[in-house]
Amino acid sequence: MSDIVLKTENLTKYYGGVHALEGANFELRKGEHVAIMGDNGAGKSTFVRQITAVEQRTSGRVWFDGKEVNFAGPIAAREAGIETVFQNLALADDLDVPSNLFLGREKVLFNLGPFSILDRKFMRKATEAALIRTAVKIPNLSNTIRHMSGGQRQCVAIARTATFASKLIIMDEPTAALGVQETMQVENIIRTLKANGEPLILISHNMRQVFDLVDRIVVFRRGRIVANLRKQDTDGNDVVSYITGAKTGEAELAG
Amino acid sequence: MAQTTHGVGGLSYDANKRTWPAEFNVFLALIILVGAFELIGRVFLGDSFLFNTRANVHTIFNEARLQIIILQVSIVGIIAIGVTQVIISGGIDLSSGSVVGATAMIAMSFAQVATVNGNPNPKAMFIAQGWTDLPVIVPVLVAIGCGLLAGLINGTLVAYTRIPPFIATLGMMVTARGVAKWWSKGQPISFPTESFAAIGKGLMPVIIFISLAILFQLILSYTRYGKHCYAIGSNEDAARMSGINVQNHKILVFVIAGILASLAAVVLSSKNLTAQAGMGVMYELDAIAMAVIGGVSLSGGRGSIIGTVIGALIFGVIISGFTFLRLDAYYQEMVKGVIIIGAVVLDQWRQRLRAMRA
Repeated sequence: MSDIVLKTENLTKYYGGVHALEGANFELRKGEHVAIMGDNGAGKSTFVRQITAVEQRTSGRVWFDGKEVNFAGPIAAREAGIETVFQNLALADDLDVPSNLFLGREKVLFNLGPFSILDRKFMRKATEAALIRTAVKIPNLSNTIRHMSGGQRQCVAIARTATFASKLIIMDEPTAALGVQETMQVENIIRTLKANGEPLILISHNMRQVFDLVDRIVVFRRGRIVANLRKQDTDGNDVVSYITGAKTGEAELAG
Repeated sequence: MAQTTHGVGGLSYDANKRTWPAEFNVFLALIILVGAFELIGRVFLGDSFLFNTRANVHTIFNEARLQIIILQVSIVGIIAIGVTQVIISGGIDLSSGSVVGATAMIAMSFAQVATVNGNPNPKAMFIAQGWTDLPVIVPVLVAIGCGLLAGLINGTLVAYTRIPPFIATLGMMVTARGVAKWWSKGQPISFPTESFAAIGKGLMPVIIFISLAILFQLILSYTRYGKHCYAIGSNEDAARMSGINVQNHKILVFVIAGILASLAAVVLSSKNLTAQAGMGVMYELDAIAMAVIGGVSLSGGRGSIIGTVIGALIFGVIISGFTFLRLDAYYQEMVKGVIIIGAVVLDQWRQRLRAMRA
């Protein structure tokens, strides 16, 4: 139990009469990378939104970092250590890289309330450290996000999650809008996170990517978890048949 | 000499390829404008715009003209500082001119003398209550209170209702002008105390303008408040998701804008030794124009106080230049409008160019 980072029990979300998510039981262990797959509308994003408290769940229980949690909102979830890379990146276009990494939690030199003086040197140093740790390549830290490519933006968004002592990183289709080379860059970052032992939930449609990167694949279909597969026990065809419904039933893992 | 430097992660970039600040372009525009007036003056009038041509005065520059250029934009410039941080945060403030009018009336009524030439001041509003010859701090604090209240109402409307800033501050524009007229039933308020009159004397407006400009440039560059202004202006959702209290920030932005407008009212009424209900009409548009000419993006997220100060100087040069060329004052207003539109078009064009290069 102690090495479980995140656990959900019967996590359920109804939007009026629509059962978007029903009875999801999910576990994530320390250092584990898990992919969530499934068709559009299968409940993947709904599941993530309940964990990160962007929405409030209808019923069910969530444990995070050994404690049962009930986050009031996304900020509370983030403060507890759940960092999310959103599909619509949440970056401020006109700010440079350090400002974006520290957005909303700026390091302050003197505390003068809202007019607190920023510790720009510290934030720049910490940014460089975070970029090195995640192996993110950004040509110039002083460039504003507006002048960066999609891949560079995605890298900044991911580096942000690694700047602070996060205990769980969730990425919602991080490479959906990226080119081949940029996708490789993001995948390299994910490998670095794996090597550092940081747990990750990856939502992706890319079968090759999933089999390259993660330890375990959880398949959602029609609001339910229909499969929980170790990478070495399965293959692409198997996963596809769970996604499309050709194969049904929850394949439980022992232990 | 192309100097190659290594960025984080080993990617190299050309250190010389850094785009220069937008303020530089604005400054260039200022120089070109002064040069144009100088050229036209020399060719058509045989007179210099910038340099001293009088034999009995021994200075290089025409100092009187330079003083007028900056003095006539100082008061609107103080407002423009507040407007700049509102626009950077993604808002707009149309109420500042009317707030100047209302604040000037109310503050001046607390700055009046008891006796004029040995006789009781007939125009003193609060002579019955004995509120005359008050220390200068009283009218100044009253003014700041007025600006704070106007800003608080603006900010609360913008932050907590879904009324767009344009409409919310338009309402305040009309209301504050009403207050200005109602305060003394349309009568001008005059005869301020000597200490109050000292605030706007001589080059004091310039000193106040420049000091406030430096202060707010530092605030925007080096404080959390400044960082959040740019963050909210460039992506409000991102700012909210990052945990910034966007609503409180917006209220503070408008409160500061209101206070700066009220300080402008103090300087203006002190300089004119009187307050009238019509004071500050159209100042809000001039202030917005100064900001926009100075490179502040109307879509938020971009701009600086330095830019706005240069924008204000461009404004001053245009007005002085037209006077120098003995052109009708009517042309000034027409040209102002053209320049505002030109500045916005130029800004968008520059952005597109940069996006293409990236």
